[in-house]
Amino acid sequence: MSDQPHSESHDNVAHHVRRYLLVFVALICGTILTVWASYIRFPTREINIAVALVIASCKAFLVAGFFMHLVSEKKMIYGILGFTAFFFIGLMGLTIWSMGDFPLFTITH
Amino acid sequence: MQAHAIPHTGVHAEEHHEDAGFWRTYIFSTDHKVIGIQYGITALSFLLLGFCLMLMMRWQIAHPSVPIPIVGPLLEKVLGSVASQGKMSPDLYNSFGAMHGTIMVFLAIVPLAFAAFGNYVVPLMIGAPDMAFPRVNMASYQSYVMGGVVMLVSFFIPGGAAQAGWTSYSPLATSIASNGQTFWLIGMVLLITSSLLGAVNFIATIIQLRAPGMTWMRMPFFVWSQFVTAFLLLLAFPPLEAASIMQLMDKVVHTSFFLPTGLAVGTLQGISGGGSPLLWQHLFWFLGHPEVYVLILPAMGIVAEVIANNTRKPIWGYKSLVYSALTIGFLSFIVWAHHMYMTGMGIRIATFFQTTTMIISIPSVIILTCMFLSLWGGSIRFNTPMLFVMAFLPMFGIGGLTGLPLGFNFSDLHLHDTYYVIAHFHYVVAPGTIFALFAGIYYWFPKMTGRMMNEFWGRIHFWLSLICMNLIFQPMFAQGMAGMIRRMSDGGANYTAAHNASLGMNVIGGLSETLMKLHVFILWAAVGLGLAQIPFIINFFWSIKHGKPAGSDNPWQATTLEWQTPTPPPHGNFAKAPIVYRGPYEYSVPGHATDFTPQNEPDNA
Amino acid sequence: MEIPYTTEIRKDTGLYNAKVGIWLFLASEVMLFGALFSAYILLRVGAPDGYWPHGWLTVWLGTLNTLVLITSSITTVMAWASLKMKNFGSFKFYHAVTLCCAVMFLCIKSYEWRDEFIHNEVTLKEGAFKEGTIADGHLIKQTADTITLEGRIVKDRKDLFNLSTPFFGHPKQEEIEIKRSDIVKMSNYGPAHHDYNALYFTLTGLHALHVIGGACVIFYLWAFGRKMWETDPERFTNRVEVSGLFWHFVDLVWIFLFPVLYLL
Repeated sequence: MSDQPHSESHDNVAHHVRRYLLVFVALICGTILTVWASYIRFPTREINIAVALVIASCKAFLVAGFFMHLVSEKKMIYGILGFTAFFFIGLMGLTIWSMGDFPLFTITH
Repeated sequence: MQAHAIPHTGVHAEEHHEDAGFWRTYIFSTDHKVIGIQYGITALSFLLLGFCLMLMMRWQIAHPSVPIPIVGPLLEKVLGSVASQGKMSPDLYNSFGAMHGTIMVFLAIVPLAFAAFGNYVVPLMIGAPDMAFPRVNMASYQSYVMGGVVMLVSFFIPGGAAQAGWTSYSPLATSIASNGQTFWLIGMVLLITSSLLGAVNFIATIIQLRAPGMTWMRMPFFVWSQFVTAFLLLLAFPPLEAASIMQLMDKVVHTSFFLPTGLAVGTLQGISGGGSPLLWQHLFWFLGHPEVYVLILPAMGIVAEVIANNTRKPIWGYKSLVYSALTIGFLSFIVWAHHMYMTGMGIRIATFFQTTTMIISIPSVIILTCMFLSLWGGSIRFNTPMLFVMAFLPMFGIGGLTGLPLGFNFSDLHLHDTYYVIAHFHYVVAPGTIFALFAGIYYWFPKMTGRMMNEFWGRIHFWLSLICMNLIFQPMFAQGMAGMIRRMSDGGANYTAAHNASLGMNVIGGLSETLMKLHVFILWAAVGLGLAQIPFIINFFWSIKHGKPAGSDNPWQATTLEWQTPTPPPHGNFAKAPIVYRGPYEYSVPGHATDFTPQNEPDNA
Repeated sequence: MEIPYTTEIRKDTGLYNAKVGIWLFLASEVMLFGALFSAYILLRVGAPDGYWPHGWLTVWLGTLNTLVLITSSITTVMAWASLKMKNFGSFKFYHAVTLCCAVMFLCIKSYEWRDEFIHNEVTLKEGAFKEGTIADGHLIKQTADTITLEGRIVKDRKDLFNLSTPFFGHPKQEEIEIKRSDIVKMSNYGPAHHDYNALYFTLTGLHALHVIGGACVIFYLWAFGRKMWETDPERFTNRVEVSGLFWHFVDLVWIFLFPVLYLL
């Protein structure tokens, strides 16, 4: 995509336009789906949360992958984002773990 | 000694360059060299201010409630009732303490080590004409200045500056009924913005603007250390920015992000509650720990450059240094809760953080070892930069080793929040980082000005600083191990054995007279350290115009690219991109006419 | 010497400078919003059972905003694609739509924010109303002695939390006139009301600031771009691409914000 040093061929980008439209439709559907799923009474609320996050992740993948061209990006960008993802998970995961791991009989809820 | 074989890479004077006027040349410049010097001067000024705050605090500690000599009346005039009769009140002590930390870390060391030296040297070292985004560079400096102004102004508002430590823990931070904390938070947002913009610039520049032939493994170690530092700033600062916004909301809009249910400050507070003070600590230290590596990595970079140059041989273990720096950068993100051992974490998570903390000491030791080994067999030139850098090695060693008992959960139980901690981190930053930064100033001064700083006064500066720094911080280890707690505005007077005895109490572990007398000793050592900086300040400014001329563009006979330009380097640095043929430390190559081979010297047949 | 690779690609990385720069910046933004999301998780998990709100926001407005941003996302990428296909007029059209979407998003958001500030929870004196001691609803009228809420009165504060709000919001509720002398405490649903509100305002506020910032940059390129398009079309196309990447990130954040705040 953006790796060609100078002008893209018109056909190349034109081909991608169709892809963008498909992604757009998928995103609209994903939105409707996630709203509909939120009104379903699953056995536990955790399932609602999981469903919503999975749909959101799929939508995010579509936006990042196709609108932001990440599916055809360079290794350097993947590297930067890879490190970011690792530290992001570290921040979330370790903080949540620490709140959940405390000495016995010290917190009562 | 001019090496004529090397192509002169500078821009000729005749080449077209508009006369941009005073404001665009010196104040609103987008040239990385000008911005580097702007950062440097501003940061050094803040360093001096932070030092003065500390001096006044040490007086209070040594002589509680005695009016501060010389500046006492001035303080009262300027700050009002918090300094009534020239005495430092507990509130004033606390705000000086919080601001000393904030100013030293965020307004002095990081801008000096990362932004000042990095901006000036890194583009030159990689053969680039400037940073990748010069206007963003200017914006980052301006954001830094605005943040600094906000922090300075906070001293003069009613209620004074922030008082809850540089760590600004909730709920104390938002419970103090003055606006100093609000100013602190706004200042922090501006400073964080500045660092983020700078980090983006550094990383993009190093990735994209290396000259032809400057492969990753031919970059000077200083560039690698700045690269890792930039990544730390890029990814670790935003959580603190988020947390600062949340704490600002707590203070101004009365949310309860960090305020627990049932909080009472005198009376029950009318807040929604439900917040978590621990959340602030996690988000703060997520930055706070990488931050300390931000403080040390550029310094290690400078040390490597000066050692290679003054031993006339390559640095030992270049690859090990690079991989260690990368490992430190990576691991520094997952050790932060070793600052939180006392918050009631469970055993498993404490063990996790203790383990990663121990592991991260390994690459640090590797780096230090490589530096020590680099001295072996070297033809050492004991000039001022080299003296500072050689002192860095054992001083950083002491600082690092004393960190180990703090990294272990069980020993930290005793040492947490004591003077031992203060001694540990000051050893790493003061005779550690600051010595390396002094070395950098003496070393790169001739490239910026074409003149050398005075060697004699440089040595005086060095020896007095080294002695005084050790006299200040060594006793603090003893005080800390005996149980003296941090941040006591009376210097611990309420906890002395004698004081408690006079109240009829027999308190185990009360502070002894000897320990308390050390306060006076430390005060005089601090005064000595302050006096030791006077020759440096005079030397710095005097040498700009009257120092011994450097005699060449490369007075240290160095191999790296910044020395292969005219002095000072012109706008655009190089007429066209230099071509790099070899690694950064080709000193004493057998068979070569001189004992150094610059990176851009073409290979001869 | 000019700064290289502002437009042309550097061979070993395959990138031009601004692209590296914007992805680095977006990485830092991921950490920024990530910290706020981690705060959300922690505060929600730590809340006592039954006291984390559900159904406090109007889902159809949030859904509309989501669709608006998704639309702006595709028009953004189409604007860049138009420039790649050398069609400046098309670029102007698509980014005009993007900007309209941005304005619409902010308008809807402002309406929602205002809604929170007129929604009040009033603690009443014992005996003022037989239905209970807590009144909750939108403030529709104020006089010197009374306030009028359109809402309901409950006995237990917990009843205010777990609401099963239909997609289009609650049907009109009864009007309750309350004498000021019967009010013990009154607070609106602003950020100080509950950590949920605090997070809502902080997250959507920070997001809205990013929407405004992104819209400003896109507006600048849209309104004043012709000159650079005519002198240096490649550089202009890259600027549009880079600002587009920022805009897509703003959409990405909303893709997670919407379910987290509105649906869960």
